[in-house]
Amino acid sequence: MSGPFRLGPPADGGGAIDRSRSLAFRFEGRRLTGYPGDTLASALLANGVRLVGRSFKYHRPRGVFTAGSEEPSALVELRSGAHREPNTRATVAELFDGLEAFGQNYRGSLRFDLLAANDLLAPFLSAGFYYKTFMWPKSFWEKVYEPAIRASAGLGRLSGAADPDSYDKGFLHCDLLVIGAGPAGLAAALAAGRSGARVILADEDFVMGGRLNAETHEVGGRAGAAWAAAAVRELASMDRVRLLPRTTAVGAWDHGVYAALERRTDHLADAGGKPRQVLWRIYSRRAILAAGATERPIAFGGNDRPGAMLAGAVRAYANRFAVAGGRRVGLFVNNDDGWRTAADLAAKGVEVAAVIDVRDRAPLADLPGARIRMGERVAATWGRGGVKGVELATGERIALDCLAVSGGWNPNVHLTCHQGGKPAWRDDIAAFVPGGRLPPGMAVAGAAGGALTTAAALAEGHAAAAAALGDLGIAAATGDPPGASDEAVEVSPFWHVRESRGRAWLDLQNDVTVKDVVQAHREGFRSVEHLKRYTTLGMATDQGKTANVGALAVMAEQTGKTIAETGTTVFRPPYTPVPIAAFAGRARGRDFQPTRLTPSHDWAAARGAVFIEAGLWLRAQWFPRPGETHWRQSVDREVLQTRASVGICDVTTLGKIDIQGRDAAEFLNRVYANGFAKLPVGKVRYGLMLREDGICYDDGTTARLGENRFVMTTTTANAVLVFRNLEFARQCLWPGLDVHLISVTEQWAQFAVAGPYSRELLGRIVDPHHNISNEAFPFMACAEVSVCGGTPARLFRISFSGELAYEVAVPARYGESLMGALLAAGEDYGAVAYGTEALGVMRVEKGHAAGPELIGQTTARMLGMQRMVSKKKDCIGNVLSERPEMNREDGLELMGFRPVDRADELAPGAHFLAPGAEATMANDEGWMSSVAWSPSLGHSIGLGFIRNGHARIGETVRAWDAVRGRDVPVEIVSAHFLDPQGERLRG
Amino acid sequence: MIIDHPLLGPRDAAEFVILGDASLIDRPDWQAEDAAQQFHDYLHLRDNPAGEHRELWFHEQGDRSWLVVTRNTLTHEVLKVELARDVAVARGRDR
Repeated sequence: MSGPFRLGPPADGGGAIDRSRSLAFRFEGRRLTGYPGDTLASALLANGVRLVGRSFKYHRPRGVFTAGSEEPSALVELRSGAHREPNTRATVAELFDGLEAFGQNYRGSLRFDLLAANDLLAPFLSAGFYYKTFMWPKSFWEKVYEPAIRASAGLGRLSGAADPDSYDKGFLHCDLLVIGAGPAGLAAALAAGRSGARVILADEDFVMGGRLNAETHEVGGRAGAAWAAAAVRELASMDRVRLLPRTTAVGAWDHGVYAALERRTDHLADAGGKPRQVLWRIYSRRAILAAGATERPIAFGGNDRPGAMLAGAVRAYANRFAVAGGRRVGLFVNNDDGWRTAADLAAKGVEVAAVIDVRDRAPLADLPGARIRMGERVAATWGRGGVKGVELATGERIALDCLAVSGGWNPNVHLTCHQGGKPAWRDDIAAFVPGGRLPPGMAVAGAAGGALTTAAALAEGHAAAAAALGDLGIAAATGDPPGASDEAVEVSPFWHVRESRGRAWLDLQNDVTVKDVVQAHREGFRSVEHLKRYTTLGMATDQGKTANVGALAVMAEQTGKTIAETGTTVFRPPYTPVPIAAFAGRARGRDFQPTRLTPSHDWAAARGAVFIEAGLWLRAQWFPRPGETHWRQSVDREVLQTRASVGICDVTTLGKIDIQGRDAAEFLNRVYANGFAKLPVGKVRYGLMLREDGICYDDGTTARLGENRFVMTTTTANAVLVFRNLEFARQCLWPGLDVHLISVTEQWAQFAVAGPYSRELLGRIVDPHHNISNEAFPFMACAEVSVCGGTPARLFRISFSGELAYEVAVPARYGESLMGALLAAGEDYGAVAYGTEALGVMRVEKGHAAGPELIGQTTARMLGMQRMVSKKKDCIGNVLSERPEMNREDGLELMGFRPVDRADELAPGAHFLAPGAEATMANDEGWMSSVAWSPSLGHSIGLGFIRNGHARIGETVRAWDAVRGRDVPVEIVSAHFLDPQGERLRG
Repeated sequence: MIIDHPLLGPRDAAEFVILGDASLIDRPDWQAEDAAQQFHDYLHLRDNPAGEHRELWFHEQGDRSWLVVTRNTLTHEVLKVELARDVAVARGRDR
């Protein structure tokens, strides 16, 4: 027998535990044992452990209160080290051999918590205490008050280490999703499964059956739990039914999409490398919510002591786990259902000390030895560390060690509200039921809809499935639902005991009392949403599942409104807590987003390249050589060697779009600001793209490979956006044009070959029958060629570096070998590979605008390209690019800047000021957008925008940089630092 | 959210990118006398209805169709899904 409170095995085996094997576990370091089938909570109760944790605010001793996911009190830390998981509900933690758990929120020891003194300060710690008290001095909040409050109030501790477990996400599709595997859910799943529908049955428990496992009801002539087990076996045998135990449907989204968290390996000592939890996205054509109901307590003095539990939970521990909640159990109820706890316990030989029913009516049962008190109320409890007895409003004292409380049952309406539905109040069961508009496709069955008896649950589940099958056009082969009893469920609304002595607790998780709600009302917090935020009622891990309705009732009492008029706070996903790790799934660390590799990546990595992220891409930034100790040494060498000889750079990341059709030229003419209609076949043209508001947003080159065939390049950053915009223009603006687009960014590897020896080098790569002489293949020429003995390729004579340069493209699979072939062919010229840093230096030296210049505020005029924007054609952005403010003569212009003292270093982001001018917005003349140290010139250079720049060449201004504390005199020069006439690239 | 693609059937909204009001199809005539004003209105003035709204969605992780989705912004109900190209042609944009 594992623990003094374990009930002896009767003839039927006694509950759903496996007594043939015992499991060893530790709580607060103490060695205990339990059985397979136990939760941590049932095993603790079996061992007589009543004190499980300390409360959030007052550090009151707390114990197990429920037997399910609604648990407000028994929060524990599970496991140890980096695996430590705080705020786990002991009531849903499945016991395994070697489990380690600790209580929470105490200092010193759980039994003698040093912070329990907070409880003595309770008169000062009521609702709104923090807001009112810690207001001044203001500077004390961050440094003194908040750390102190955080240390004393709170829940469990995080491990502080990265989560070593893995999590996953998955997608499931079904005809019918059934949420909850109690009587209603099982009846629904059986009806749908037998009809051949694709069914998913999800239940948060590790044993399906819901309340049938916790009750002694009969279904179809046998024990309810046995019927449930048989139903699950039948469902498991069906190919088109998927059972998801340990899976909580946490939210209902649009159009039949549900999120569900499956705890895959939480119940195992070792996950064996498998994911701990899986977050499912379930696409359902129809869904049946059979989520059952949650019992609610009654508030009275000292109702939070360990040993005070919900009556249904005490029954579940006895019937399912064979655990007695105490040696002498009392009942405090306002409804018929609570009496069943007394009957079930008595039948198992547990002493029932008393039944106190607030209803003044005849007793429902004869319980020998029990004091039956009808029309009576419990006003207080006593007992240090746990209930030792209760005192009634009449003053009568009854010794007992477990008080089972039932205030009625609240249907679990949560998921019905996730799409804006508002629950409706039903007087006959004194509870909210689903109301208004349900999420489309959802039906509710059983207790979740307010049908609180087993027979009704079975019938409703069955009927809801039949209706769903009808909607889906699936022929129903459902048969009849099994018969069961219609239990007595009469309830008389009763929320809190006025005669309470001591604090009467509404929300055990947040330490909110009846008095706090009354005070909130007195201070003007009338709306339930305000009440929630002011008192913290219904917050944290349980979201007030056992607390909210009671608090609403107290508020309604204060305002003189009905509960229906008072309404509930909004129910939002998730239904129960979901770890952030589950939302992340595998998308964490390096896998947070996909990584795109260039065709030459492995080649570059093998040569020690340093990589940089460019969007999703990893690009070689520079290629260090032995002896180079600073990145500038590598970059300077790559620049100088390219300009002196030849350099090669992987530029595959540029967006490439294949554009074909009879109207392709006209299409380009409309999407580029400059003209493309007359671009000859075999030629490339630089193109500038505007947004419709006239601002420049991208540029690139487009080559005409044939009469009706073009290939466009975009910047790396905008490849996706440009393609999206082109498709918009093609489909939505000019659907009459015959043009088709496809992205070929990843289909073609492309390399820049730049430098005075680039033609010679390419002469060794391009197959000899292609003439690439300057005459036959001049600047801005393009052609489809073959390289390396027959490999198809495209050759473009374009230059970003300002040198004689080409770009050569081959199908991506040849990219890596072409990189090697190019370097090998240029070995005797001293060919170098260069990275993005050298690319950037050379483009600044040449004065090309790039990302730092195209910032969403840049006009064509600012770039000196106003004449390119054609006025003779319709193109995106041209109408609004003519707005006067964008074309002012004294507007910003892209210029070059060099330090007057060549030893000075420039910095991007500096603002330009006249000599002697104060640094004010009014004196701001522009800004430095890009800088580089030019190895070609031997000093720092910059590009930037300055007012009326071209008219001011030679003028000295200051590059004022408040961030770095610099103020550098700079001379305004042409942006083209090198070869302003462009002789090199035409050579 | 599910969008019932006219060519591909029901697809998850995660496959799409939303642009906004379908009135962006009605690009003004660049040669109109008050073209600047028309383009200003076209670009910047939108209705923001609580209820039925026609929106442009791009099936970026799919077949790259632009769609006009008629959607109730209060209930998220999708009332109609059309190929934007068909809508544009019906509005005479192919001439």
